[in-house]
Amino acid sequence: MAGSQRRIAKELAEITKDTPEGVTANLVDESDVYRWSILMEGPEDSPYAGGQFKLLLTLPVDYPFKPPALKFETKIYHPNVTNDDKGAMCLGILKSEEWKPSSKISAVLRTARSLLAEPNPDDAVETSIAEQFKNDRKEFERVAKEWVTRYASKRA
Amino acid sequence: MSADSEDEFMSGMSSEGGFEDGNESDSVSFGEEFEDDEPALDFGLHDKDITSAPKKPYEVDFDVFGPRDIQKYQDKQIDEVGAILGQPPESTAILLRHARWNKERLIEGYMDHPEDVLEKAGLGLAGAVPAKTMVVDGFVCDICCEDEPGLETYAMKCGHRYCAECYRHYLSQKIREEGEAARIQCPGDGCSRIVDSKTLELLVEDDLKDRYHELLTRTYVDDKDNLKWCPAPNCIYAVECGVKKRDLNRIVPTVRCDCGHYFCFGCTLNDHLPTPCALVKMWLKKCEDDSETANWISANTKECPRCNSTIEKNGGCNHMTCRKCKNEFCWICMGVWSEHGTSWYNCNRYEEKSGSDARDAQAKSRQSLERYLHYYNRYANHEQSAKLDKDIYLKTEKKMTNLQSSSGMSWIEVQFLDTASQALQQCRQTLKWTYAFAYYLARNNLTEIFEDNQKDLEMAVENLSEMFEKPTSELAALKVDMMDKTSYCNKRRIILLSDTAENLKNGSWKFNIDINTA
Ligand SMILES: [Zn+2]
Ligand SMILES: [Zn+2]
Ligand SMILES: [Zn+2]
Ligand SMILES: [Zn+2]
Repeated sequence: MAGSQRRIAKELAEITKDTPEGVTANLVDESDVYRWSILMEGPEDSPYAGGQFKLLLTLPVDYPFKPPALKFETKIYHPNVTNDDKGAMCLGILKSEEWKPSSKISAVLRTARSLLAEPNPDDAVETSIAEQFKNDRKEFERVAKEWVTRYASKRA
Repeated sequence: MSADSEDEFMSGMSSEGGFEDGNESDSVSFGEEFEDDEPALDFGLHDKDITSAPKKPYEVDFDVFGPRDIQKYQDKQIDEVGAILGQPPESTAILLRHARWNKERLIEGYMDHPEDVLEKAGLGLAGAVPAKTMVVDGFVCDICCEDEPGLETYAMKCGHRYCAECYRHYLSQKIREEGEAARIQCPGDGCSRIVDSKTLELLVEDDLKDRYHELLTRTYVDDKDNLKWCPAPNCIYAVECGVKKRDLNRIVPTVRCDCGHYFCFGCTLNDHLPTPCALVKMWLKKCEDDSETANWISANTKECPRCNSTIEKNGGCNHMTCRKCKNEFCWICMGVWSEHGTSWYNCNRYEEKSGSDARDAQAKSRQSLERYLHYYNRYANHEQSAKLDKDIYLKTEKKMTNLQSSSGMSWIEVQFLDTASQALQQCRQTLKWTYAFAYYLARNNLTEIFEDNQKDLEMAVENLSEMFEKPTSELAALKVDMMDKTSYCNKRRIILLSDTAENLKNGSWKFNIDINTA
C-alpha cells in the first residue's frame, strides 16, 4: 500500500537526521525501502564495546500494521540472540501483541541496543548462555569479548 | 439429573466430610460451589429428565450449550453487572472480560476503587465522548503519514488520534488475522486502552463484526473455568461442568457433548475413565517416551554394570567385554572379571559383592520394565482391538441393511447391533485405561476386587466381540443372546467404574507414585 511507503520514507528521513546513539541505518538497496542495513556499535561498559554489529531490518508489506523483523548478521554471544544463522533477537516490541502501528523503527533500534548493554536472561532464547550470564558473569564476558574480537572487530 | 439423585449424591459426599476436608470452606463438593455463585447456563433448553436413573458414583453434572446460548448468557450477565456498577453495557463488557468474568471480584474491586478498576481495564478518563469520526484541521496521521485536508479521523477517550482508514485497518487485522477480540488495545504506542464495542460498531465492517462476536464468545468460554469447548473437530458446543481443578485427583469428570463425543472435562482428552487425569498425563508421557520399550531387551542382552550400555551375549563364553567402556565382567554374576581368576567356565562367585550389587540393579530395572510392559501390552491391545471393533461398527450398518432384507426385520429391530458395537467401544476404552490405572496402583486389600472387576469386564467384552464374527445370516437368530451380552458388558462396566470412583472419592486407592505432584 502506498501509505506504508510514505511512512517508511518519513521514518528513514527522521533516523538519518536524528540517529539513535551508536546506530546507523541505510537501505540495503536504494530501490527497496523494506530492507534496512543497520550498523550497531557495541555499547561502552559492555562486553560488546569496540565491536560493530551488522543487522538486517526487514519490514513486512503490511508495515506498520505488522512489526519489523530484526536479525543479527554478525555473530554475537548474547542470551537474547539465537546462536544460529538466523541471529534472531527476542525483543518484546517486535512481538505482534506489543507492536502498535504507531511504534517506530527508531524505538526498535534503541531497545535493541539497550539489550546489548543489559541482556535479559529471564527472557532468553539461548538458555545456556543465560545460565552462564546469571551464574558465571566473568566467563560470560570473556566469551562475549572473544566473539567480538573474532567476529565483530571494526576493521573486518 | 433429578433433584433427588443429586441430593443423594451430595449427602453421600457430605457424610464423608466432602472432598477438601478443612480446606477452603467455599468448596464443599463438586457443582455446589458453581451453583452458589452463579446460576447454571440454563434457559429451559435442557429439560431435566425426572425419570432418569440415579446418578452413578463416576457421573458428574454437566450441561451442553450452543454459541447462541452462550451469547445470551453473556448479555444477561453484562446487563446485571452493568446495573450494579452503573456502567453502560459496552464498558461493563470490557470490565467483565478484563476481570475474566469473575463478577464478584469485579464488583467488589469496583466498589472499593472504581478509578483503579476502570484504569486497569483501559477505561480510564471519565466523561463520555460519543463514538464518531471527525475532521481535524492540520492533522497528520502518525501511522500512514497522510495529511490531506478533510481526512476522517478517530480517537477513543485516550485521545490517540489516527486517520479512520488506519484505525479500520488495524482493527480488521487484529480480528481477522490475529483472532483477537476481547483485549484489542488502542493503536497508540504504549497505550493500553481497550477498544470498546462502540468503536468497533463504528469502524468495523459487518462481515468482521460476526467474526468479532464469535471470537468474543470464544474468549468467554476460554475465560470461564466451568466452561470448555468440546474438543471434537468442528464441534460448536461448549460444556459446562462445576468440577474444579483441585478435585481432579478425586473424580474423573466425564461428559458427553451433544455431538456424541465423550471427553474428560478435566483435561479434555477422550474419555479415560476410571483413571484420574494426573495418571493419564503421566502414563501418556511414559508411553510416548518409548525408550523404555525400545530398550526392552531379551534374555540375551544385559547392561554393562559400569556404563549401562546394552551388551549382547554371543556364544557360550561368560567373559564379557563392554564395547563402549571396555569393562570386563562375568555374564553370570555380573562381577568384575579379574576377580574370577581362571574359574570363568564355572562361575562360583555368585555372592561376590561387586556382582550382587550389579545384579540387584539389573534385576530391578528389568523387573520394572517387565511390569510396565505387562500393563502396556494390555493397554495397547485394547486400543488396537477398539480400532478393529470400529471397523466392525462400520460394517454393522451394512450388516443391518443385509439383515433387514434377509430377515424382514425392521430398522428398529436391528438396532441391537448398533447398540452392541457402541457398548463394545466404550467398554474397550474403559478397559484400556484400567491397565494404566493398574500400573500406578499400589497393592492393598482393594486391588483384588479391582482386578476381579477388570477380568469380568474383559471376559464380557471378548464374548460380545466374538458375536460379531458370526455370519450375517445367523445374526437375527442371535438377537436375544447379543442383547443379553451387551447389557452384561454395560453392567460390568458400571460395576467396575462405580467401585473405582467410590474408592477414588474416598481416597482409598494407594498409588505407587505421588498423584498430587503429577
Ligand atoms: Zn492513517
Ligand atoms: Zn490510546
Ligand atoms: Zn461436541
Ligand atoms: Zn482427564
